[in-house]
Amino acid sequence: MLGSIYALVALGYTMVYGILGLINFAHGEVVMVGALVAITAIGVLGPATGLPGPLLLLVALGVSVLACMLLGALLERVAYRPLREAPRLTALITAIGMSIVIQNLAMLAWGRQYLSFPALLPNEPMILLGATVTGTQLIIVALTALAMVVLMGLVNRTRLGRAMRATAQSPALASLMGVNVDRIVVVTFLVGSALAALAGVMVAGYYGQAHYHMGFMLGLKAFTAAVLGGIGNIPGAMVGGLALGVIESLGAGYIGALTGGFLGSHYQDVFAFAVLVLVLVFRPSGLLGERVADRA
Amino acid sequence: MLEVRGLALAYDGIAAVRELDLDVAAGERVAVIGANGAGKSTTLKGLAGLMHPRAGSIRLNGEDITRQPAHERVCRGLSLVPEGRGVFARLTVAENLDMGAYLRVDPGIEGDLDRCYSMFPRLHERRRQLAGTLSGGEQQMLAIARALMSRPSLLLLDEPSMGLAPQVTTRIFEAIADISAGGVAILLVEQNARAALELSSRGYVLEGGRVALAGDARDLLASSAVRRAYLGE
Repeated sequence: MLGSIYALVALGYTMVYGILGLINFAHGEVVMVGALVAITAIGVLGPATGLPGPLLLLVALGVSVLACMLLGALLERVAYRPLREAPRLTALITAIGMSIVIQNLAMLAWGRQYLSFPALLPNEPMILLGATVTGTQLIIVALTALAMVVLMGLVNRTRLGRAMRATAQSPALASLMGVNVDRIVVVTFLVGSALAALAGVMVAGYYGQAHYHMGFMLGLKAFTAAVLGGIGNIPGAMVGGLALGVIESLGAGYIGALTGGFLGSHYQDVFAFAVLVLVLVFRPSGLLGERVADRA
Repeated sequence: MLEVRGLALAYDGIAAVRELDLDVAAGERVAVIGANGAGKSTTLKGLAGLMHPRAGSIRLNGEDITRQPAHERVCRGLSLVPEGRGVFARLTVAENLDMGAYLRVDPGIEGDLDRCYSMFPRLHERRRQLAGTLSGGEQQMLAIARALMSRPSLLLLDEPSMGLAPQVTTRIFEAIADISAGGVAILLVEQNARAALELSSRGYVLEGGRVALAGDARDLLASSAVRRAYLGE
């Protein structure tokens, strides 16, 4: 559940890294903007149109996806493109800077308080294969699966996807084939941002709230998931996200029993970052990562 | 069709090519030879648009392409086979060839693909394999076939014989001759000066980033300076 959200966000990190070798630390903020835009859209459109809940949610999701795609393209154009030839560290620091800028702009626009995300979907728990799930959870998992199938189709079966894979391997060589590399980079940011918006709406819908600071921790965890799966590797981000979600939930669930009640489930976050450290120490290329030699 | 005048190229301010004048006529075969570091590969990078010139001009079929990015030069009929078997290692052979036809939407793509496969049957056998698993010679064949998929009128080849066994080199040079017979102009950069000059009608000798000698390929092969410096005699 949480894992599918990590996976969606991790895809954005991994796709941008695959093509530019850049960790876009502002990506978590795009998720946050996606959630807040959706709340605003529901607040404005709900009373104005009187649409039924699920339809309203769908429209708000659409608005949020468009807003995030715009934000992603803007980030690329304003912050990263001028630094394409700069040392990696410069781009990394810029990404962190953009993250702070977006967070503060969001704070100015939406305020410091938690905003509640209205419950627009039926939420009675039901029993499915022995597990208790809610409609929201089922929809999150189904939408994530759908988004991933569409993404894999795009990347593996279309001319655009082939150009994206070629550009990830060598931008110079791809340009010799007639590929406009700048355009591929923009498309990558657009796709990643659309997935981030989807994740943002899901996470806000799941917890029933959102605020300007929510992207930070979520972004770090999704980044951990991308590293766990092997950064730059699309199936890896999916597997890493799902695995991290399971590790966190199990960890939070059992930590109390394991430590005799000394540590509680609020230590949940520790697991994600323990995983990050362990992966970086023992398997830096990640679960599905290619051998480092391939990435020369 | 290609007219280069006063071309200057540099890496981080260090000049690699200066005041280079070079011409290729339609359908012609031209060789560029010279020692390591003479500026041969740099010249091709400049022509393909991978480096921006500091001075000079490049005209292709009368059009000034000096400031055009690499991807726009492809649709004007220029295609580079890069040095060191530049293939997309993690795409399959067939996907590499599809990338060669990236800008094309015409119905002739299938026919061109068949022609590439009949020129290099090994590529057909291995069309579903990742390009990175091919041998060096097969990767070079793939790089050439992929360049042909854009239907170039001018093919730039950067050291196609590098690191290949002599029989494989012979096979590659035969293929280049076949391509040229089909009307494609060839600009061939080579360490293997003899093979390159024997294939070509004209040649340029680069030294220290400048044209030291230029002329008829047979005259260059016969010239004592070339024989001493590049043919090991």
